[in-house]
Amino acid sequence: MTTTSTQTNGSGGSGMPIQERDRVTVRFAGDSGDGMQLAGNRFADATAVFGNDFSTLPDFPAEIRAPAGSLAGVSSFQISFSKHQIFTPGDEPDTLVAMNPAALKSHLSALTKGGLLVINEDAFTSGNLKKANYPSNPLSDGSLDGYRIIKAPITTAAVAAVDDLGLTNQNAERTKNFFALGLVYWLYDRDLQPTLDWIEERFGRLPNIAEANRRALFAGHAYGETTEIADAHVRVPPAVLTPGEYRTITGNQALVLGLITASHLTDLELFYGSYPITPASDVLVELAALREFGVRTFQAEDEISAIGTAIGAAYGGALGVTGTSGPGIALKSEALNLAVMTELPLIVLDVQRSGPSTGMPTKTEQTDLLQVMFGRNGESPLCVLAAKTPGDCFYMVLEAVRLAYQFVTPVVLLSDTYLANTAEPWPVPDVTQLDQIDIPYRKLEHVSPEEFEPYKRDPDTLARMFIPPGQPDLQHRIGGLEKSDITGDVAYSPENHQRMTDLRAEKIARIANFIPEVEIDGPESGNLLVLSWGSTYGAVFTAVNDAREAGHEVSHAHLQYMNPFPRNLGDVVSRYKKVLIPEANTGQLRMLIRANFLVDAQGYNEVTGQPLSARLLTERITQFASE
Amino acid sequence: MVLQTPPLEPVESIIPLADEDLKRKDYASDVDTRWCPGCGDYSILAQMQRGLSNLNVAPEKMVFVSGIGCSSRFPYYMNTYGMHSIHGRAPTIASGLKLSRPDLMVFVITGDGDALSIGGNHLLHVLRRNVDVKIFLFNNRIYGLTKGQYSPTSELGKVTKSSPIGTTERPLNPLSVALASEATFVARSFDTDPQHLTETIERAARHHGAAFVEILQNCNIFNDRAFADYTDRDVRDERLLYLEHGEPMLFGENKDKGLAVSATGLRVVDANGPDAGLILHHDATRPSPDVHQLLARCQYPEMPVPMGVIRQVTTPTYGDYLDSQIEVAKFKNRHDVTQLLKGRSTWQVE
Ligand SMILES: Cc1ncc(C[n+]2csc(CCOP(=O)(O)OP(=O)(O)O)c2C)c(N)n1
Ligand code: SF4
Ligand SMILES: [Mg+2]
Repeated sequence: MTTTSTQTNGSGGSGMPIQERDRVTVRFAGDSGDGMQLAGNRFADATAVFGNDFSTLPDFPAEIRAPAGSLAGVSSFQISFSKHQIFTPGDEPDTLVAMNPAALKSHLSALTKGGLLVINEDAFTSGNLKKANYPSNPLSDGSLDGYRIIKAPITTAAVAAVDDLGLTNQNAERTKNFFALGLVYWLYDRDLQPTLDWIEERFGRLPNIAEANRRALFAGHAYGETTEIADAHVRVPPAVLTPGEYRTITGNQALVLGLITASHLTDLELFYGSYPITPASDVLVELAALREFGVRTFQAEDEISAIGTAIGAAYGGALGVTGTSGPGIALKSEALNLAVMTELPLIVLDVQRSGPSTGMPTKTEQTDLLQVMFGRNGESPLCVLAAKTPGDCFYMVLEAVRLAYQFVTPVVLLSDTYLANTAEPWPVPDVTQLDQIDIPYRKLEHVSPEEFEPYKRDPDTLARMFIPPGQPDLQHRIGGLEKSDITGDVAYSPENHQRMTDLRAEKIARIANFIPEVEIDGPESGNLLVLSWGSTYGAVFTAVNDAREAGHEVSHAHLQYMNPFPRNLGDVVSRYKKVLIPEANTGQLRMLIRANFLVDAQGYNEVTGQPLSARLLTERITQFASE
Repeated sequence: MVLQTPPLEPVESIIPLADEDLKRKDYASDVDTRWCPGCGDYSILAQMQRGLSNLNVAPEKMVFVSGIGCSSRFPYYMNTYGMHSIHGRAPTIASGLKLSRPDLMVFVITGDGDALSIGGNHLLHVLRRNVDVKIFLFNNRIYGLTKGQYSPTSELGKVTKSSPIGTTERPLNPLSVALASEATFVARSFDTDPQHLTETIERAARHHGAAFVEILQNCNIFNDRAFADYTDRDVRDERLLYLEHGEPMLFGENKDKGLAVSATGLRVVDANGPDAGLILHHDATRPSPDVHQLLARCQYPEMPVPMGVIRQVTTPTYGDYLDSQIEVAKFKNRHDVTQLLKGRSTWQVE
C-alpha cells in the first residue's frame, strides 16, 4: 500500500491561534498495558505522512507486564519531529502525556521547564498514587506549578464515547490510548486519516473494536478543541527532505531488509541461526516470516548452536548469519574463533544492550566493542563494523557481506537497542542501483586439483581459496587446529605459527585498502576533533552543531569501520590539539585510539542505559573547546 | 500454518550416486593416522571406508564434521570434505551445513565426552529435530585426548586420573539418551566385529533422518578392555544380543536363550523351555520407543548387551519441513525485494 502525503490542516475551529515551531518533542508515558507504544507508533506514522523529519525512542520495561500502576511497569515512547533534518529523538520532551501517577513520577524530571503536561486525571486515584509513592496528589498539591497542564478525564471520556457499543468494561477502557492520541493530534495539528486507515486495516475484522477506537480518537481530538491552555496548539511545518519515496524504518527492520537484499545481490541462500534475546529477537522473528525469499531461519538451542549452524551454512556456501546481543556474543566466542581459524565468511550481528551479565536487557549501550575485538583466546583478528543510524543498518549489512566474502573472514556488525527500536524516515533504496557483491568461490568452480590449495591466498586481499564441499577432486579438511600456510594441513612448527598469525592479522589490516577514508565535518585540523562511532552519531552531530552555534570551532569524524580503522584515521586524530571521544561506555574506542595512535584523547562517557544526551554533550564540548 | 507432510525420499534420490564402482581406498585420505597403535579407532576407520563404499556416493559429496577428542581426528583420514571443529559442537555445524546443502551427506564423529558432556545439549536437539545427519559416537568410556580422565559414560566408582579413589557419579547410557531425544535411528556396534560394524554404518548412512550409532571403542592406553567382558571373541555369543528386525531376540552359542517381557522389564528365558513362545521378535520400526528403551537398558552381566539397529522409524526430517515451507511460501507469496523494501506503506517527498 502506498499512501501519499496530504498536507491539509486537520484542526477544527477552536479559538486558539495556532503557533508555528521548528521542532517539538513529545513523550507518551503510561502503564505497560496502556498502549503507549501503539499510540507512539501511530503518531510517528501520521508525522511521516505529514512530512516532518522525525526520530523516535521507545523505552519499555523488561517485564512483560509488571503490576499495573507500578513504577516498574511504566512504558514510554518519545518522538521528536521537525521542519529541519534531525538526528536524535530529542533530549527533553516539550510535552509529556502521563496516563497514570507512576508515568508522571518516572518522567516528569525529563520534561522541559514550563513544558506541557497532558494528564489522565482519572488514573490519579489514591491507590495509584500510593503505587507510585506519591505522599499527596501532585495534581492538587502545587508540585506541578510551573508546568502547563491539560487535565483530562481520559478514561471516563473514552468509555463514554464508546458507551453504546456493548463492549466489556475492560475493552471500553482500553480505548483510552486512542483518546489521548486524538488529543495530541489536535495539539500538533495532525491529520487523523492515516490512523483511521490503520484502524481499519488492523481491526477491520472486529468492527466493534475498530469503531470504538475510531470514536475514542475523534473524542480526544474534539476534547483538544476545548482546551484553553495558551500556546498549546502547535504546527511544525513539513521538513524539506531529499525528494523520493520514503518509509519509516527501525534498525532491526533495516538489518532484516539488509540481509534479504544481500541474499538477493549475491544470489546466495540466507541462513540465519539465532537464539531469542532482547533486543535481537525481532530479526529472527521477522526473517522467519519471509520464507518466500528462501530464508532458512533456525531457532537454535543456544547461542553456541546458533553460530555453529551459521558456520556450517557458510561452509556449505550459503550466506551464513547469526545474530544476538552481548550475552550471546560471550557464548559464541569459541565458535567465532573457529571461523577465524578456518577463515570462513560469516556474518555476526550484535545488537548491544546494557550489561554486564543480564544487565538491563531493554536498555541501550555501546559496551561490546572490546568484547568483539578481543573477547577470544589467541590472536584472533576479525572485521568489525558499526551502524550509525537505523537506516544505516541496512547499508552496513551489505558492507559486512561484501567484506566477509571478499576477505573470506567473519565480520561482526554492531548495532544496539537504541538503533534497533528507533524509527526514522528512510528513503527506500533502488535495488537495481545497489552494487553487486562478488562471491569469489564461484570463480573457483573449475579450478584444477593442481591449482587448488585451501590456504593459498589472493595476493591483494590475502583471502584464502575457500570452496564449499561438493566439488570433485578437491576434497580437503579444515578445522580449528593451526593450519600450514598454503596447504592447510595441520601444522605445529614455530615458524609456521608465526607466519599464519601474521597473515591473519595482515589480511584484516588490508581491509583498510578497500573501505572509505573517514570524513571530517569541519576544519581539517585545529583545536578540537570530536570522534564518535556507532549509534551516537545523531547525538554527537547535534551537539557539535550546537557547540558551533555557540561560537566554537569543532570538527567531527564518525566511524562505521571499527576494525580495521579507516586508513587515514591515525593522521586525522594527530592533526588536532584535542580529541574528544563521546561513547555510551566507559571509554572503549578511546582505549583503542590511544593505544593505536598515541594521542591523548579524552572521553565523554555516559552509561545510563539511555542514548547520549546531546545537551550534556554540547556542554562538555564547549567546555573542552575553551579549556 | 499447518505443517504439510513432505514426501519421503531415499538417499539415492537426494544424493547423486557415483558412475564408477567405488572402493574402500577411494575414501581413504593420504594423511598419516595418529592414533595409538592398537586403538579401536583404526578398525572404525576401516569399516567406515568399507561401509560407505557400498553406498557408492562420491566422496566429494560427503562431509565429516567432528568435535574434539582422539575420535574427532577421524575426518583427516577420510578422503571426503571435512571439518575438525570445536569440542562438542559438531552437531550444530553439521545441521547448518545439511540444511543449506541437502545434496551432501553429512556425518558427525564424536566421543563420549564430546557428545554427552560438553555437547550434550546439541546432541539432544539434533536428534529431536531429526536433521538428516549421521552421528557416530565412539564410546571408550574415558577422555582419551586429555589423557585419561573419567567421562560421562565411565562407570560409578571408576578409578581414573581425575578420580584417584573412584568416581562419585553415575554414567549416562548413550542409547537411552538418544531414544529419549526422539531419535529416529538408534544403533550400537563395536570396533572388533568388522562385519557387524560395516553393516551398521551402512544402514545408518542409508537412513532418512538423524541416525545415532554408539560404537564401543577400546582405548588401549587409558581404559583398556573396557568392553572385553562381553565383546571378546570367546564370550560374544553368550553375552551379546545381535538384533535383526523381524527376528526373534535370541542369543547364546546355540541360540538357546531369548528375551521376553517381564513385570519389570525384560527377562532371559530358555529358548527350548516352556516360555519360548514369549520370546519377543525385534521390531525396530515400532513407533513407540518402549521396548527399544528396555533393550537399551540391558546391561552386562544381568542381561545380554544388544547390538545392531534398535530403532528405525521414518518421519519427515527438519530439512523436509523447512524446504517444503519455502516451496509453499514461494508459490503463495510475492517475493519481490523492491516491494519488500517499501514495507507496509511509503510516502513521496516532492
Ligand atoms: C572448550 C574445550 N574444553 C576442553 C577441551 C579439552 N578436551 C579435548 S578432548 C576432551 C575430551 C575428549 O573425550 P572424548 O570426547 O571422550 O573423546 P576421546 O578422546 O575419548 O575420543 C577434552 C576435555 C577442549 N578441547 N575444548
Ligand atoms: S588415547 Fe586411547 S582413544 Fe586416544 S588414540 Fe590412544 S588408544 Fe585411542
Ligand atoms: Mg572418550
